[in-house]
Amino acid sequence: MIRVQNVTKTFGDFAALHGIDLEIKPGEFVALLGPSGSGKTTLLRIIAGLEFQDGGEVLFDGEDVSSRSVGERQVGFVFQQYALFKHMTVAENVAFGLSVRRKGRPAKADIRARAEELLRLVQLEGLGKRYPGQLSGGQRQRVALARALAIEPRLLLLDEPFGALDAKVRKDLRRWLRDLHESMGLTSIFVTHDQEEALELADRVVVMDHGRIEQVGTPEQVYMEPASPFVSNFVGETNQLPGGVHARPHDIELVGEGGTPVLVDNVFRRGGSWRVEGRIEGHDKVVEFDVDASQPAPKLGETVQIRPRRVREFSS
Amino acid sequence: MTASSAARVPRAPRRRWRQPSVLPGFGLTFGLSLGWLTLIVLIPLATIFLKSAGMGWDQFVAVGLSDRAMAAYRLSFGTAAAAGLVNAVFGLLVAWVLVRYTFPGQRLIGAVVDLPFALPTAVAGIALTTLYSPSGWVGQFLDPLGIKVAFTPIGITVALVFIGLPFVVRSVEPVLADLGRDVEEAAATLGASRFQTFRRVIFPAIFPALLTGFALAFARGVGEYGSVIFISGNMPGRTEIAPLLIVTQLEQYAYDGATAIATIMMLVSFAILLALNVVQAAGRRRYGV
Amino acid sequence: MRRSTTESRALQVMLIGIALVFLAFFLLLPLIAVFGEALKAGIGPFLDAVSAPDALSAIKLTLLIAAISVPLNLVFGVVASWAITKFQFPGKSILISLIDLPFSVSPVVSGLMFVLLFGANGWFGPWLAEHDLKIIFAVPGIVLATVFITFPFVARELIPLMMEQGKDEEEAAISLGASGWQTFRHVTLPNIRWGLLYGVLLCNARAMGEFGAVSVVSGHIRGETNTMPLHVEILYNEYDFVGAFAVASLLAGLALVTLVAKTVLEWRFNLHGSASH
Repeated sequence: MIRVQNVTKTFGDFAALHGIDLEIKPGEFVALLGPSGSGKTTLLRIIAGLEFQDGGEVLFDGEDVSSRSVGERQVGFVFQQYALFKHMTVAENVAFGLSVRRKGRPAKADIRARAEELLRLVQLEGLGKRYPGQLSGGQRQRVALARALAIEPRLLLLDEPFGALDAKVRKDLRRWLRDLHESMGLTSIFVTHDQEEALELADRVVVMDHGRIEQVGTPEQVYMEPASPFVSNFVGETNQLPGGVHARPHDIELVGEGGTPVLVDNVFRRGGSWRVEGRIEGHDKVVEFDVDASQPAPKLGETVQIRPRRVREFSS
Repeated sequence: MTASSAARVPRAPRRRWRQPSVLPGFGLTFGLSLGWLTLIVLIPLATIFLKSAGMGWDQFVAVGLSDRAMAAYRLSFGTAAAAGLVNAVFGLLVAWVLVRYTFPGQRLIGAVVDLPFALPTAVAGIALTTLYSPSGWVGQFLDPLGIKVAFTPIGITVALVFIGLPFVVRSVEPVLADLGRDVEEAAATLGASRFQTFRRVIFPAIFPALLTGFALAFARGVGEYGSVIFISGNMPGRTEIAPLLIVTQLEQYAYDGATAIATIMMLVSFAILLALNVVQAAGRRRYGV
Repeated sequence: MRRSTTESRALQVMLIGIALVFLAFFLLLPLIAVFGEALKAGIGPFLDAVSAPDALSAIKLTLLIAAISVPLNLVFGVVASWAITKFQFPGKSILISLIDLPFSVSPVVSGLMFVLLFGANGWFGPWLAEHDLKIIFAVPGIVLATVFITFPFVARELIPLMMEQGKDEEEAAISLGASGWQTFRHVTLPNIRWGLLYGVLLCNARAMGEFGAVSVVSGHIRGETNTMPLHVEILYNEYDFVGAFAVASLLAGLALVTLVAKTVLEWRFNLHGSASH
């Protein structure tokens, strides 16, 4: 069980975190989601011990680790740019954590066997003798993961783990990471600015903005019941309708009459539906909504009537 | 295909020595560069080798590998290597301190490192001699301890340390600054101590730059003249460096002897530099970067 | 600020201390010694020494040598950097290595080469004698040796800079109808001027301070072919230490001016002092 209690952090004049409280249960897969500058990476680094909080506590299984160095906390950390050791082979990279142990260092042969086992686990068997420079981005990512797992971390931390990969590789790796987390019984926290990634992977999503936690919840809760306008905007698409009402584009339907009139500005196809952009008279925000592509597309310049099926209201 | 459309098909591009460019002036600038390079550098350098080739093997060996010359090579290459090693250690330390830490006067110190590039060698030579002679500012404290610096190989090494320091610092500094924090952090998360991180992660990463700095300092040290002749004492067989031997030969109008020694010095220097380059290139290939 | 990847403050202070002591002994102390020895006997002897006729003629010769060799290498540096950085051609890295070659040749050998070419017994010696021309033991020889020694300085500074800047801006200028010269004048030159100045500074410092190569070709004729560094040597060997250090302090002053200018350039224009010599 990891607990973060009232953690604050400032860099010079910039307050990166204002009193963060968070609990992570064993076996959970948690996403820290937010835009850049929201403090998500700082929080991850404080939990790891790479950065030190100005106030508050970090507890691992009830023990305050605030004064423990990163090496003592036994956390696996996967860096955004992988941070592989370029001059070491893949196997040496993976073995590094075991080979620098001062107490209870395994025998050389055991270390080698363990490294091979981990490479097998991340499906890089036989590549142990290569250097990181000779691998693809996805392969490097998996080496970084194997290296972090080698120290049998009590907590796995990943900083934008898929940020540097192209779209296709990213999707494959995501699913694979999720499986690995399950099968190894890990407790993992990852940082991302990609809401889709957070919703797909995490058991729980922590949405952050400006150094504060906006909402903690399951992907379903965060998407369906956003706790603030920020969450509603940041997680998924949202329309701000007149009167402080928020509605997702797919929650808006066309009605024959009695709805809100919208002047159609733009229509294009998006997957199985038409995406319509339009304006409500006297309202300065563009309204976007989806119409099933089996229906005829609304025409430009036409005025149609809409009605939200599901809304969130925020008192501002 | 009709004739008219065929005419519009571009001809297969002629294989060119240089890739085409819209920028003008290649012929002019390339020609001028090569011409000037040939006149100022290549022809004069070639003279040395042609002259050597013309003198016959026996004569070349007789002067070039005489006892006195061998002693001079040993001294020049030995002191240059010793100074290079001192600079590798302290140059790395200076670069580390400048890049990693903050302390008052840091910028001033950063600028002072380049002093040996800017200070004429003869000036450095007489200053060091004055400092380290037995009655000098520093020498007076070393003399009672039985340490003689001026007029010994130690003095030569001191002068070469002065000359070579900035080569190491300036080679290592940018690499150290570019070395990602995240790699060190990765080592820390894996439980490595600071010393383990330095020895196993940082040092291997900066080693090629350190080797380059060492090689540059070494090459400069082998040929260095101005800063050394004052402090060395110039005793044949003991503190006579190879460049001085060349000058001595010249003063006796022994052009063959001077050329033979110059040729051997250059060949050994080039061979060492080439070897280091090959090692570096092999390293780069190996790591696939 | 506490960081996970830094040493304890105590260790830092120790390392900084060692580095500073090392630099003080090897760099600062010699510099202080130059000025200290020069002014040891007071300002009078110092002024006498630097205004002696031989000293003045050495200063004049040194300035003349720099005034000839620096512009030559400036032009070469710009021309070579243009060819190397704006075009792709095989053999480029060999060309760069050749330009760097003078760095790895002993100054004494640099002088020797010109003696072998133009000296009395050199290849062109008889021909020069016939036409009553003097290169070795005369000013042209000193210029040649200095140009060789300072050959790479400007190019070395410009090549990395211009490589980093690429050629997009030049191509844009050409596409807008500028001529080659206009492109260089209005686009390239403003981009490289500080790097160029930096290279010229280093080139000048070396040109004025070169000793070994010049020593071989000059002949040490007082009042005629003695540059400032050679004059320092003569005074020193005559045990006129105040005189030697007085002239040396002028050269040290030049070095300090060079360092200050270089530092200002680096701070203001963010030039990196990468592997300059």
